[in-house]
Amino acid sequence: MEHQEGKQEFNITVYTENQVGLLNRIAIIFTRRKINIDSLNTSPSEVGSVHRFNIVITETEDVVRKLCRQIEKQVEVLKVYYHTNEDVIWQELALYKLSTDVIAEKVSVERLLRENGARTVAIRKDYTVFETTGHREETDNLLSILQPYGLIEFVRSARVAIIKDSEGFNAKLREFERLEPGEEVIENEFLNEGDQVFTM
Amino acid sequence: MEVAQQAISEATVQSVESPAKEITGSAALLEALIIEGVTTIFGYPGGAIMPIYDALYDYSEQLQHILVRHEQGGIHAAQGFARTSGKVGVVFATSGPGATNLVTGLADAQIDSTPLVCITGQVFAHLLGTDAFQETDVINITTPVTKWNYQVTDATELPEVIAKAFYIARSGRPGPVLIDITKNAQIQKFKFKGYTPCNHIRSYRPKPIVRPQFIQQAAELINAAKKPFILFGQGVILGGAEKEFAAFVEKSGIPAAWTVLGAGAIPTSHPLNVGMLGMHGNYGPNVLTNSCDVLIAIGMRFDDRVTGRLDKYAKQAKVIHLDIDPAEIDKNVKTTVPVWGDCKETLPLLTAAIEEKTHPEWLQLFREHTKQEFDLVIEQELNPTTDEMTMGEVIKQLNELTKGEAVIVTDVGQHQMVACRYAQFNNTRSNVTSGGLGTMGFALPAAIGAKFGTPEKEVVAIIGDGGFQMTLQELGTVMQENTDIKIIILNNRFLGMVRQWQELFNERRYSFVDMKSPDFVQLAAAYGISGKSISDRKDLPSTLQEMLAHKGAYLLEVIVTRENNVFPMVPQGCSVSEIRLK
Repeated sequence: MEHQEGKQEFNITVYTENQVGLLNRIAIIFTRRKINIDSLNTSPSEVGSVHRFNIVITETEDVVRKLCRQIEKQVEVLKVYYHTNEDVIWQELALYKLSTDVIAEKVSVERLLRENGARTVAIRKDYTVFETTGHREETDNLLSILQPYGLIEFVRSARVAIIKDSEGFNAKLREFERLEPGEEVIENEFLNEGDQVFTM
Repeated sequence: MEVAQQAISEATVQSVESPAKEITGSAALLEALIIEGVTTIFGYPGGAIMPIYDALYDYSEQLQHILVRHEQGGIHAAQGFARTSGKVGVVFATSGPGATNLVTGLADAQIDSTPLVCITGQVFAHLLGTDAFQETDVINITTPVTKWNYQVTDATELPEVIAKAFYIARSGRPGPVLIDITKNAQIQKFKFKGYTPCNHIRSYRPKPIVRPQFIQQAAELINAAKKPFILFGQGVILGGAEKEFAAFVEKSGIPAAWTVLGAGAIPTSHPLNVGMLGMHGNYGPNVLTNSCDVLIAIGMRFDDRVTGRLDKYAKQAKVIHLDIDPAEIDKNVKTTVPVWGDCKETLPLLTAAIEEKTHPEWLQLFREHTKQEFDLVIEQELNPTTDEMTMGEVIKQLNELTKGEAVIVTDVGQHQMVACRYAQFNNTRSNVTSGGLGTMGFALPAAIGAKFGTPEKEVVAIIGDGGFQMTLQELGTVMQENTDIKIIILNNRFLGMVRQWQELFNERRYSFVDMKSPDFVQLAAAYGISGKSISDRKDLPSTLQEMLAHKGAYLLEVIVTRENNVFPMVPQGCSVSEIRLK
């Protein structure tokens, strides 16, 4: 997804403490610079007490790197990573609500659903809810297919992304908890050596 | 820290003797402040902070409370206190308007890295979000202008939160912290098990690890450099690394120039101190930034007022950047070798790795530029032939009397630039000014705080007629506390800096810069403060002498020439080497 002026989608992964107000502290780093957040998801992480933000923005790498440094500067942020779409496995979930009568009458809808990897999550007398997960194009595709059938409601979740070459945060957290952490925790990213995956 | 440690053991002993000691949240807060070594609080009471003030009534022997006239004055005073003493400044304010009045000071402290802990009262927790009387969402208002903030709704959280607040405010790159305490938490009684200062937060890395390979790379660049140039900022002072810095400068023999907030990190008279950087800085440092081959930036952040046009800034140079804040590296200027870390640790390593050198020809070039600047700018400013006085000659006279030993507190505008350019600083922490935010009205309250931070020193506030009128109510604080500060108002009857820009860039369209002032001497007299107004040069030395000899506060108004401009000047959008001498 190449955009103008070298902008592209970046997936920012932020490991944080679970603290009231931190969402705002992170969000204003973007809004202060008038940068739109395309997608934002907060969830638990692989480590019990640690929260994880997945943030998607469309920007140049230079801007993303500076933003990540500003995020990591926040007291309650443990670690920030940024990745291009190629470096992550990502999914979004979408729900579609249609009239059950329409579904029953139009057999083609059922086939379309199968072709799009969607499944039914609720069937009621008056409506049926389908669900699909996938990349933006996939959920968008099903949206355009269902639109002619009188789609009642549509909603799509924020993006969640798994970093391909991450070893997880468990070992890192133990380092963080030490008074004198090793170099691994405070990695030096600015030299951007050998196009390594960026970490701070 | 030693004091704190001692106090902790006492507190621990106390809690052992009476393990079930029940105290209020307010008392716990004050116990915590005492253990943190706080002696002075600047504040203003109000409804939502009344329980804390009630507790303070019993602690007046250990904690000195300075009643200011406006919360903005309180926070600027705390800033002045922190800047001169090196300790964390503490402010109390009530909820709603009390808290919102702190915002300017928080923004100022945030951008100038000043350690503060601000305590605000808040409505009862059950009233949060109900638009209660004097309720404001202080946490969200202050999030962009604090290093950290937190709302306490339960007294049992207080000891840990206050410990974190002080640790965060003073460690790493310092900054302001705000703790908002709901009234119920202030009243609530709980078992106070003593207080332990914080020294580690797992998600917070105040100091990056020093990397020997970058020290080595930096040393190699410096050793090979023909025209190296040092830029230093407040980081040297905040890191307490003045000695380490002087050793580095002296061994390397490299000319060093300062940002406004770096002034005083080495004495003005140091032979390798070549002057001030930036828009109204000295000629040599600006022009030669674009001639040097290695630029060594130490504890400074390449503010736009320092760099001028970025795409024409030191493009020829390899850049070594020493900073404690990783976010500063590459933020504005691309770094060749980043030296992360506390400069108190990195500078000695770097000094050890470099060769002892001198750069006589390169240094001579700075001197030649100084000569040009002297002939075209400095001579007229310091030894004017005009009838009216200049701001510069007042500073020069002051230098002669204080011998560079005074703490100089300045406001914002022409007088600030003139004072920073010409004042002599022998000591660190003797230049207090609003650098990053440029807050008019800063100087008078900051000078009050500066005096409490360093009572043994002469504190001279230099203020313009405009800025003085923004916070002049703090004369009331001066009166009540008998604060021995000397106030010099350099009155040009204009908002001078804006007028200068209007003259130079807006075809002299003087839009709303002509400012009428009250009789400042009478105003001071109303507060019981002695003063004098002079407009004749022959009165200057004797009146300054009288002012400095006066016991207690003194206000001196000096009527200076109306339409004087501060030069040199790097016009906005121009490169530093396009600096104008006239």
